Amino acid sequence: MSENPRDLKYSKEHEWLRQEGNTGVVGITLFAQDQLGDVVFVELPEVGRVLKAGEQFGVVESVKTVSDLYSPANGKVVAVNEKLADKPEVVNSDPYGEGWMVKLEIESVDPSLMDAEAYDKHTAGGGH
Amino acid sequence: MEGLKRTALYPLHLKYGGKMVDFGGWELPVQFAGIIEEHRAVRTEAGLFDVSHMGEITVEGPDALALVQQLVTNDASKLSLNQVLYTPMCYENGTVVDDLLVYRMGEDRFFLVVNASNTDKDFAWMQQVAKSFPRAEVKNVSPEWSQLALQGPEAEAILQPLVDGNLSDIAYYWAKPGMVVDGVKCLVSRTGYTGEDGFEIYCPWDEAPHLWETLLQAGADRGLMPIGLGARDTLRFEARLPLYGHEINDQTTPIEAGLGMFVKFDKPAFNGKDVLARQKAEGVSKKLVGFEMVERGIARAEYPIQKGGREVGHVTTGNYSPTLEKNLGLGFVPPELTAVGTELDIVIRGKAVRATVVKTPFYKRAPVNK
Repeated sequence: MSENPRDLKYSKEHEWLRQEGNTGVVGITLFAQDQLGDVVFVELPEVGRVLKAGEQFGVVESVKTVSDLYSPANGKVVAVNEKLADKPEVVNSDPYGEGWMVKLEIESVDPSLMDAEAYDKHTAGGGH
Repeated sequence: MEGLKRTALYPLHLKYGGKMVDFGGWELPVQFAGIIEEHRAVRTEAGLFDVSHMGEITVEGPDALALVQQLVTNDASKLSLNQVLYTPMCYENGTVVDDLLVYRMGEDRFFLVVNASNTDKDFAWMQQVAKSFPRAEVKNVSPEWSQLALQGPEAEAILQPLVDGNLSDIAYYWAKPGMVVDGVKCLVSRTGYTGEDGFEIYCPWDEAPHLWETLLQAGADRGLMPIGLGARDTLRFEARLPLYGHEINDQTTPIEAGLGMFVKFDKPAFNGKDVLARQKAEGVSKKLVGFEMVERGIARAEYPIQKGGREVGHVTTGNYSPTLEKNLGLGFVPPELTAVGTELDIVIRGKAVRATVVKTPFYKRAPVNK
């Protein structure tokens, strides 16, 4: 039984996108946070930054690893999760909820995003 | 993973949920429950580490002491029977071959414990130097030994019911050979790489699984948990213990790395003495300092250190400190930038991020009233 929420879209690089009309919320998946281990630092973009789908928009660091974050859509950053500055561990404990990273005003979504079932298969195979 | 070496504990690492990685050719767990949780367990209760990948080399014979003295910078002639010392081992140019422990097991018998990644290199080097000491025999006995480290304030309480003899009789940096631990004859020393009280337990290679399970069970109600390489690194980092390949290597001397107290210039001769003596007299061009990040960011090994926009050094180890809950680092800077309070910039992904020089070790355990 998968814990990847059915209503989200997923990228190959293990970001998720929750779309609500023209707004999107972005974070990293349960699989990603498990691979990383304890998250100790998150670097997020400035509000107002315009992103292209597939563009690096930030960094998530665990004790052992530095990992880039990639945008799942073309759009503009309208909010970032300030809580992650003091409590980066929330990315581990609640990756789909409190661990959200950026809110976007979406222009268009990356067509290569997967649905939950396809993402389940993607990570079952090791996530590559 | 293909072609990696495994310790006797490999099946138990899997059993306990270890996340396995390639560590210098060995397949070992980087974590079990999680690096931060494991780190804090060692600081507040106890942790159990598989360190069987470390190398063990014996030096025996009438020239054994003379050979050891030539090889290492510390003074092994000061060792009583069953006493242990920590020392760098240098090339003739004063740079470091490895850092190691020297156990005195007899008048003419020494047991050297070296880094896993350097075992073959160290053995070849020692054999080379031993050519001038015909009455000393050097043997690489690594395949015969497993090693477990039991570290933390609860370590002694956990181990005591399992051994014959009083652990309180073993002082810091002393060993007891032939100590029976749950029926297994072991070499036990009060040593470790975490900055906590604890023991390193050397047993015959095949006995490690039995001891691992026995210890975990014995320590269950004192919070004992298995610890991986990730926490091993954050623990030693907070205690400012060097890691070969980072704070010390074949481009760095012990004086530069702040290990001068382990270099005994009273010794008549040892590899690197001339260069190190000159460094001590004239000064060095780079010195290891500790720093704390002032602006947001995590310093990592090899990130450049800048002052006034100019590159002046590099980070050797940097990370989030789970005990102090801040981002810290160690790195080399010119001697004029080593004063506590000096402002430095660490270059993180192309941006200069402010840091300040602080005292080390970052963490020191509270002294126990005995």
